[in-house]
Amino acid sequence: MSLDLPVVFAALMGAAVLAYVVLDGYDLGVGMLMPAASRDEQDLMVASIGPFWDANETWLVLGVGLLLVAFPAAHGVVLGALYLPVAAMLVGLMLRGVAFELRVKAEGWHAELWNWLFWAGSFLAAFAQGVMLGRYVTGFESGFGYYLFALLVGAGLCGGYVLLGATWLVLRTERELQRKAVAWARWGLLWVALGVALVSLATPLASETVRARWFDYPRTLALLLLPLASAVAWFWVWRSTGTLKRGAPAAQWAPFAGAVAIFVLAFIGLGYSLFPYVVMDRLTIWEAAAHPSALRFVLTGTLIVLPFLVGYNIFAYRVFRGKVKAGGQEH
Amino acid sequence: MDASDPLILARAQFALNISFHILFPSLTIGLVWFLVYFRARYARTGDPGWLDTYRLWTKVFALSFVMGVVTGIVMSFQFGTNWPGFMLKVGNIAGPLLAYEVLVAFFLEATFLGVMLYGMNRVPAWLHLAATVLVAVGTTMSAFWILALSSWMQTPAGHGYANGHLIAGDWFAVIFNPSFPYRFTHMMLAAGLTAAFVVAGLSAWRLLTAPADAGARRTLRTGALVAAVIAPLQVFVGDLHGLNTLEHQPAKIAAIEALWTTQRGAPLVLFAIPNEAQRRNDYAIEIPKGAALILTHDAEGELKGLDAFEPDRPPVAPVFWAFRIMVGLGVSMLVLAWLGAWLLRGGRAPARWLLWSFAGFTFSGWIATLAGWMVTEIGRQPWLVRGILRTADAVGSISGAQLGASITGYVVTYGVMFVAYMVVLTHLAAKGSGPGHPSTALKGARA
Repeated sequence: MSLDLPVVFAALMGAAVLAYVVLDGYDLGVGMLMPAASRDEQDLMVASIGPFWDANETWLVLGVGLLLVAFPAAHGVVLGALYLPVAAMLVGLMLRGVAFELRVKAEGWHAELWNWLFWAGSFLAAFAQGVMLGRYVTGFESGFGYYLFALLVGAGLCGGYVLLGATWLVLRTERELQRKAVAWARWGLLWVALGVALVSLATPLASETVRARWFDYPRTLALLLLPLASAVAWFWVWRSTGTLKRGAPAAQWAPFAGAVAIFVLAFIGLGYSLFPYVVMDRLTIWEAAAHPSALRFVLTGTLIVLPFLVGYNIFAYRVFRGKVKAGGQEH
Repeated sequence: MDASDPLILARAQFALNISFHILFPSLTIGLVWFLVYFRARYARTGDPGWLDTYRLWTKVFALSFVMGVVTGIVMSFQFGTNWPGFMLKVGNIAGPLLAYEVLVAFFLEATFLGVMLYGMNRVPAWLHLAATVLVAVGTTMSAFWILALSSWMQTPAGHGYANGHLIAGDWFAVIFNPSFPYRFTHMMLAAGLTAAFVVAGLSAWRLLTAPADAGARRTLRTGALVAAVIAPLQVFVGDLHGLNTLEHQPAKIAAIEALWTTQRGAPLVLFAIPNEAQRRNDYAIEIPKGAALILTHDAEGELKGLDAFEPDRPPVAPVFWAFRIMVGLGVSMLVLAWLGAWLLRGGRAPARWLLWSFAGFTFSGWIATLAGWMVTEIGRQPWLVRGILRTADAVGSISGAQLGASITGYVVTYGVMFVAYMVVLTHLAAKGSGPGHPSTALKGARA
């Protein structure tokens, strides 16, 4: 078998991380928007993500699992270097995860506390993931500028998740809450534009490897397609939310689809910046790869299981399609 | 022993996380089969009482499951953050086993959990029942893969070396390594017992304030009966597991029995204070030739003592005590379950002392399960993977300060989560499943 297994697994891991960022991104984003809504609206917002968030978070476990399976030499380096942001993310994910249950099952001030922790946990997890990304892209370099860059990416990713969450709510809610979600989406969009612009400018400054990769004529001309396509997606979301804002009929899935497109394009750009490194400038995917016997065993299982996995995920989304109604989160 | 030593801190942190995590799977793996039963009874009889029961226990399950999910995510990261040497050395074996757990179990249970919890009015009844069964199957498969890895670390098999890398030669032998069938069965029965006592215990708690609650009476009896069937099976399987350990990990058995020197006709130590410094037992109460009889089925049989394994032997006191807690609790659970099953036969009304006993034993399964895991995991030391990798060689280079900061964060988070969990659980139990309980009352209250 002449298959380049490390490349296959890098692609699988990338796909799992992208699936995670988009899927858990919208439900973290909905969590972050909680303080802007009334208590009744909050219940609807949580109901719109209730059946999905657990499966969404499983993509994170798959992503880190594939890192562990395919690139064991990188696994310890990456997670060791990201120790504190990872711990912060985990605390955030734990608090918001149990808050799904406790904000309705607890009573009195306990319920209020968990309602607040649902927001705080979502925010902490999203910000920590951005910091992790910022540290990862720069190869864990230390220095004031690098830490500042990581915080910037943290803030930017929060904006991205808010955009995903708000456009998800446009799709899944109606009337007053939907109108609010449209406004949130447009704020998120501005936030994302600022964040992506700053990060795109800062990354080549922070990393020589990335600079060399992007500013290499004539390849740069072809690469310009990525920012161009992102700009098109951005304007598409801006226009479709604008139409909805005026109350004119518009496709309600369009803003979410556009937001997902922005994430996919940014992710492709990121993948291009990094490849073939699994630890920036230090460890390539071939150097860090596990033994082919282990990779083949996992690949076989993956190919058998993946169609079922995707199939029943789609099934679950079909079961819960449509607008969420009050009282929908009972069990 | 320096408290800021990264090895000590890394172990303390991992022990904290894994102990907190295991509480919830050990309950949900068993509890989900109770849900399947309640759901199937409702599907068959159409009796709304079964639906109320299903709804109540689904709340308990959902909360416990979520606690397991979020603490499990922590585990998946801590393999790398705390024990990078583990993946470097045995990643070619451990990685695929964990990957299969995610692929075949985590997604299945997570996805159908959504359908099970929120989809009752959206899918046909048969599909809802099927979703409940699939969640049950998912949790069981999850236990299968993680116990395959855990058992392989205790009794490695099926591996070989290629260019200095440890790789799997025969995956079947890796998965079905010598201790796996015993450990898996032992853990599944433990999960069943844990769930049975939680069901019986919380039902008893409800009956203490509302003796007429028919639903709680029914679930008390279900819990007691299931426990009465599983408890003796667990004694039998536990014995087989012990004999398997004697064959493959005699040092662990020596620590369990606090047997310092190799001898024929070794006594069974019922009570003692193991003295590590002088390598003997203080204040020992023993049954002559007891250990030899139980373990070799021969009063003059020879058992290897800890001296045969120096210096690669586990600490004695924690293993010795944890084992006695596990067995002592197990026997008490057996007695209570049989007593309960007999006294509740044919729907007889429970006496208050029986209700108090079951309420007191609500979390006995947790304590016994934790004690059992302490026996097996501390008993494996100083090895992380027996004969292949020492725990000390797997620890990472995280500084004591970072570990200290994150441990503090975890302790606070777990503390808050655990208190909230217990408050809500006892609250749900006290309200029961009858009319007027939260599932109907909440709709009006929150709208």
